[in-house]
Amino acid sequence: MSPIQPELAIETQGLSKRFQNYFAVNQLDLQIQKGTIYGFLGPNGCGKSTTIRMLTGLLTPSAGSAKVLGYQLPEQADELRLKIGYMTQKFSLYDNLSVLENLDFVGQIYGLTRSARKARIAELAELYHLNDKIKVRAGALSGGQKQRLALAAATMHQPQLLFLDEPTSAVDPENRREFWERLFDLSDQGTTILVSTHYMDEAERCHALAILEQGQKRADGTPKQLIAQMHAAVFEVSGDNLRQLRNALMARESVISTAQIGERLRVLVSLDQPQPEVWLKAQVSTEHQVEQTRPSLEDVFVANTGAAYVQRHPL
Amino acid sequence: MSNAIRFSAARAIAIMIKELRQLARDRITFAMIVMIPFAQLMLFGYAINTDVRHVPAGLLDFAATSQSRTLVQDLEASQVVQFIRRFDDLKQAEAAITNGEVAAVLYLPADFERRLLTRELQLSTAPIGQWITDGSDPVLSGAVSGLRQMPLSDPRAVQGVDTSSAVFEIVNYFNPEKRSAVNIVPGLIAVILTMTMILFTSAAIVREREQGNMEFLITTPIRPIELMLGKIVPYILVGLLQMGIILTLGNRLFAVPLPVDLFSLLVITLLFILASLTLGLVISTQAQTQLQAMQMTIFILLPSILLSGFMFPFSAMPEPAQWISELLPATHYVRMIRAVVLREAHWSDLHFDVGYLLGFIAVGMTIATLRFKKRLD
Ligand SMILES: Nc1ncnc2c1ncn2[C@@H]1O[C@H](COP(=O)(O)OP(=O)(O)OP(=O)(O)O)[C@@H](O)[C@H]1O
Ligand SMILES: [Mg+2]
Repeated sequence: MSPIQPELAIETQGLSKRFQNYFAVNQLDLQIQKGTIYGFLGPNGCGKSTTIRMLTGLLTPSAGSAKVLGYQLPEQADELRLKIGYMTQKFSLYDNLSVLENLDFVGQIYGLTRSARKARIAELAELYHLNDKIKVRAGALSGGQKQRLALAAATMHQPQLLFLDEPTSAVDPENRREFWERLFDLSDQGTTILVSTHYMDEAERCHALAILEQGQKRADGTPKQLIAQMHAAVFEVSGDNLRQLRNALMARESVISTAQIGERLRVLVSLDQPQPEVWLKAQVSTEHQVEQTRPSLEDVFVANTGAAYVQRHPL
Repeated sequence: MSNAIRFSAARAIAIMIKELRQLARDRITFAMIVMIPFAQLMLFGYAINTDVRHVPAGLLDFAATSQSRTLVQDLEASQVVQFIRRFDDLKQAEAAITNGEVAAVLYLPADFERRLLTRELQLSTAPIGQWITDGSDPVLSGAVSGLRQMPLSDPRAVQGVDTSSAVFEIVNYFNPEKRSAVNIVPGLIAVILTMTMILFTSAAIVREREQGNMEFLITTPIRPIELMLGKIVPYILVGLLQMGIILTLGNRLFAVPLPVDLFSLLVITLLFILASLTLGLVISTQAQTQLQAMQMTIFILLPSILLSGFMFPFSAMPEPAQWISELLPATHYVRMIRAVVLREAHWSDLHFDVGYLLGFIAVGMTIATLRFKKRLD
């Protein structure tokens, strides 16, 4: 069977997963372009891992359809397996095998010949800085080293599509940046990458992303689009007594959220409120300075989830 | 299942090598492989002795002839009983049983010789004497009641009668030092292999699930049958190693004969190892945690010890117990290994047991492969 829409790596409609009475993933529509880095941004328990497990054929969807690299899931999961790589949230290689033995095992499983394996492992060890740890047991590696080993294993067979479930949760910022450089290299070589995260800075690096909450998609698009489409204006208020001001503002319906950042109070005002800047200035005393600023992805996240979402989408 | 991914021996071998590496590195498991047979052999060989010896007994000999004395000597020579007291009347004897001084009393009536003669001439089947036993200890009284028939058909107790066929029976009976160990050691292989084979395989797969390795493994092109085979083969080697340990030690410590026909031993043991391993695989498709796998193993291990004929004779079991017993691979193995080690049977003589184990393996493998889904739900 040939892929129907070759430009889409992943396409889902109404994808849902129910555990007993609980919808871990609810009516998810996704369209992920080939060759992009696509992010799943969402809090703990929002269904990121469950979605990835359905897209890798590990879980059977309760409802909806999913097509990955042109293969219908769950029926064609077996064919798909040769073309995807999956880095699980929890380290899933063998703690009591060395880095080399783990990589060799994965290479054998993917059917690489002995010489191909040797060359590929040397290449990956170089790329992911594992050379000096090659004889060390995986269980003795640091969090960041484990992550690099897992990525090396997941890319052993040069998959077209790579699933990374919170790949940098145990990695320091420096190594995180390094890790993302590798992801961009892979993307540059044509690999489609789906990465889940709850870090804003990671989400910002994605070509496109979906914001998930309680198993539902709250918003999706490129970071730029998401910021442009945000239904709120962002202000920074500076001055005295910011804690009292914050409490006062939070009582107002038009205020989506307030967050103190150092000496400033970051205020999101819903666009349901006409002339938000004028309105906000009327709410604060003359000692306070109000300044409109460029929204960040975090603002988008806040404006699309939690109470803000419920407010805009009453039951 | 699609035909996109073919069976690959290389993948099965990859699993196998990985499994062997992990096994070699897991010191505790490795120690258990060697220590379990050793400890069990010591336990069953020395501590648990089902041969009763030197039961304290009393004698009430109203005949007091040379023949009655010969009988008493023969009985003592069997080492089952040891006459520690002589009584003059029944009251004394009963009192000694009641207060536990003796566990049995042999009563020989005054007309002992006449009874012996009429029995000898087949004029009567009336007993010529009586054993009075302490029934509160079934093991002791059982041992004595086993003796009860014996000496009276012993040709040595009766002059001039030549029944050479009966002599072997008696010699066998009067050779209690070896009887237990010779029977127990081969049976012990069945018990130890049941325990380790089922537990190790089920735990080996469940552990991957528990520790999250399975989530990665099943997104790879590996097929269930490759995974199963790769998991089984290393443990076949472990099983053979254990068998070797038990037989060698059994031979050195308890003079259990080593089988002449090593090939037959290998055939039946491989069959039994495979049957136990498939059982372990079936368990692994059910159990979610290693603890559950262990509990299920014990569920099978207990009847394998009690019902396989290892501890208690198969023919003495009630019929429903025999049905259950026939289902257990251990029963068939105990039967076969005793035949091969003690009776020098050839594996091909044992059609029924070989056939059953072959069928068991085929059915078990099919169930395990079908039940093992490359899914998490
Ligand atoms: N096998 C399961 N049975 C029942 N409930 C489950 C199962 N797997 C996941 N869930 C539930 O589904 C919801 C989504 O879980 P999921 O692991 O997909 O979240 P997540 O977004 O990956 O969270 P995290 O960021 O913590 O990894 C959670 O509430 C979880 O409790
Ligand atoms: Mg998760």
